[in-house]
Amino acid sequence: MTDTNTSMAPAGEPKRFGSLLEQSDRTKRRNAKEKRFRLYGVAAIAVGLIFLTALVVTIILNGIPAFTQTHMTLQIELPADKLDKKGERNLADIKKVSTFGYNPLIDAALVRAVTEAGVETDITKGKDLRDMLSSGAGAQLRNAVLENPDLIGTTHAFTLLTSSRVDGYMKGRVTRVSLARDKNLTPEHLNIVDGLVDTGAIRRSFSWNFITGTDASESRPEQAGMGVAMLGSFFMMLVVLVLSLPIGVAASIYLEEFAPQNTFTDFIEVNISNLAAVPSIVFGILGLAVFIQFAHLPQSAPIVGGLTLTLMTLPTIVISTRASLKSVPPSIRDAALGVGASKMQSVLHHVLPLAMPGILTGTIIGLAQALGETAPLLLIGMVGYIATNYPDGIASGFLDPNSAMPAQIYEWAKRADPAFYERAWGGIIILLVFLVTMNAIAVMLRRRFERRW
Amino acid sequence: MSLVKITTSALAISAVCATAAVARDQVQVAGSSTVLPYASIVAEAFGENFDFPTPVVESGGSSAGLKRFCEGVGENTIDVANSSRPIRDSDIELCTKNGVTDIIEVRIGYDGIVFASQIDGPAYTAFEPADIFNALGSKVLVDGKVVANPHTQWADFNADLPASDILAFIPGTKHGTREVFEDKVLLQGCEDTGAMQAMMDGGMDEDAAEDACIEVRGNGITVDIDGDYTETLARVDSNPNGIGVFGLAFYENNTDKLKVATIGGVEPKTETIASGEYPVSRPLFFFIKKAHIGVIPGLKEYAEFFIADEIAGPDGPLSAYGLVSDPELATTQEAVSNEDTLN
Repeated sequence: MTDTNTSMAPAGEPKRFGSLLEQSDRTKRRNAKEKRFRLYGVAAIAVGLIFLTALVVTIILNGIPAFTQTHMTLQIELPADKLDKKGERNLADIKKVSTFGYNPLIDAALVRAVTEAGVETDITKGKDLRDMLSSGAGAQLRNAVLENPDLIGTTHAFTLLTSSRVDGYMKGRVTRVSLARDKNLTPEHLNIVDGLVDTGAIRRSFSWNFITGTDASESRPEQAGMGVAMLGSFFMMLVVLVLSLPIGVAASIYLEEFAPQNTFTDFIEVNISNLAAVPSIVFGILGLAVFIQFAHLPQSAPIVGGLTLTLMTLPTIVISTRASLKSVPPSIRDAALGVGASKMQSVLHHVLPLAMPGILTGTIIGLAQALGETAPLLLIGMVGYIATNYPDGIASGFLDPNSAMPAQIYEWAKRADPAFYERAWGGIIILLVFLVTMNAIAVMLRRRFERRW
Repeated sequence: MSLVKITTSALAISAVCATAAVARDQVQVAGSSTVLPYASIVAEAFGENFDFPTPVVESGGSSAGLKRFCEGVGENTIDVANSSRPIRDSDIELCTKNGVTDIIEVRIGYDGIVFASQIDGPAYTAFEPADIFNALGSKVLVDGKVVANPHTQWADFNADLPASDILAFIPGTKHGTREVFEDKVLLQGCEDTGAMQAMMDGGMDEDAAEDACIEVRGNGITVDIDGDYTETLARVDSNPNGIGVFGLAFYENNTDKLKVATIGGVEPKTETIASGEYPVSRPLFFFIKKAHIGVIPGLKEYAEFFIADEIAGPDGPLSAYGLVSDPELATTQEAVSNEDTLN
């Protein structure tokens, strides 16, 4: 601007401005304008930072409780006449006692524990006391007995999960007032909980189960964990990496280094840029039509999720790869060609290694994006209650129905029990840890290996 | 080039995978989001007590579930459809067209539909079906004439109700709950207020009058919720004047945020629904493909386990979560063990 102004000013015109030492009104106004402009910028950044802080603080405040869980330690008698009537310790016989058959044993142990703790209460029936425990307690006992049949006939200490309401009380989410109209637990139960906390039977501690465990049904939020969904995401990311990296790199090398410049390649280039901007739900419906309805791949399987996300990640990888190929100076190629290398040799031996940090960064960022993507997964059935089974092997990891981390979070957020809401926030923390780690690796790679020309 | 490459390679890979896909060994279930919690509780207990893998349960709505159910027979179709409404002739037609002929219908129990509002909101504590119809119907009877609904506040037509703006969050048309809401509340209210008679006197035949009765106002006064009850809860939470339609089980899990209204003076509870006193209830079902029994391991066992007394009975975990258990459970158990199909 200054150049054009001076050149436009007619030469030799008398100088009409005031002294250099004293600012004219116009200059003052101009300077004030600039100052305001800077302030707007600072304000914009401040607003962004405030939102970010609010977001992070809310996520952490809401999510941290999910990482701890309340347990109750109970001495439970495992009588042989109830669990193994024939007394032969035959596994098939022991299996006949269902999880419901273990509930009376828990009831008896609860009554004993409450009496020993010396809590005065109106609740005398063991069945009502059991409301304090997770409904998964029976299954936990049964599994322990099936694993070690020698426990039968002994009294053994079990650490059982408490129900979500008791857990909520320990975390301050549930109060006596809020329980007044709740039929899952009564305020009276909380008096017992207080008594058992004093004796140390009820304790709240860090829970690995939330990170490594499996999802649970709607009646057991206390038992739900992210583990299986994490594995689902892991297998999906494997598919995405294995497919999109080679395809994306091959496509961009060809387009950048070998393809002739004509309308057809222009058309493809425009399309790739457009694909990168296509809403992800579109890829979801494409995945549903192509992979499930046409190719008959299993529903809800990570391989389908991976294939769908590959379609979504490819344009990102192609674009970043082409950008990093472009940033390798032509002199490198010319030098290679000059000493007699073929076009392919110059690309593979010189250009590609120099572009690698950029390609990897792009790939990692593409993967991180795919990791957090939920919309396409809705359509291929990865959202829903998913088996409490870990995949048993590599093949089953790809082909068996599974969830993914963002899908799991969405699933938890829409369930009725408020305890799931807390877990959804906790799940977000886990997901964010993964994303931040991946992005940090990308930044590190770029810092370390990138060469500037 | 790359587009072609993307599609061809993707297709090639999927073809390879399709041939490699192993036989499915777990039961797959989809359908009603109302039945989903019950199905997931059963699936979990099933996985714990049997050597079969835990069934996979997905939601998506009764109609969507039945549509997937009727896509055909084979391992890549679902085995069980959950539904909060009986199967319709149109569903059966679709099924027959795709070769799904033997369908076993299993009624698991009853679900109450409740009207609930913000706990601190206006006193929506007692409704009659007529009130709901007067508030939400698109055409109502005013001074003996059928007119487009002029009411803006509840007190406009019933002085006992609060003078607050009418706003209702009702289930969208893909939900089975909508049909019950239309039949048991709107239609009932239409008959009670005499609007239906007036419409028929005005020259409509009975079907047309029924259709006109169940039409809602829309226009921001009734809002269709196509998502889950969580979404309805969020809407009610942010609109003190709004009332929402929920399942009994969902309400019972959120009593700290919601207060429930009686219908015809009856409070919705498992007892009143089981006895039939509370009018707005509906049976819940799941449907099994008979052709899949014996092919998908554990399918029959899952169905039998679902309706076993220890699960679906009055003291079972489903009842504890909010299902109203079916007094005729024994009949259903027998039908399942005999694999009796529809018709």
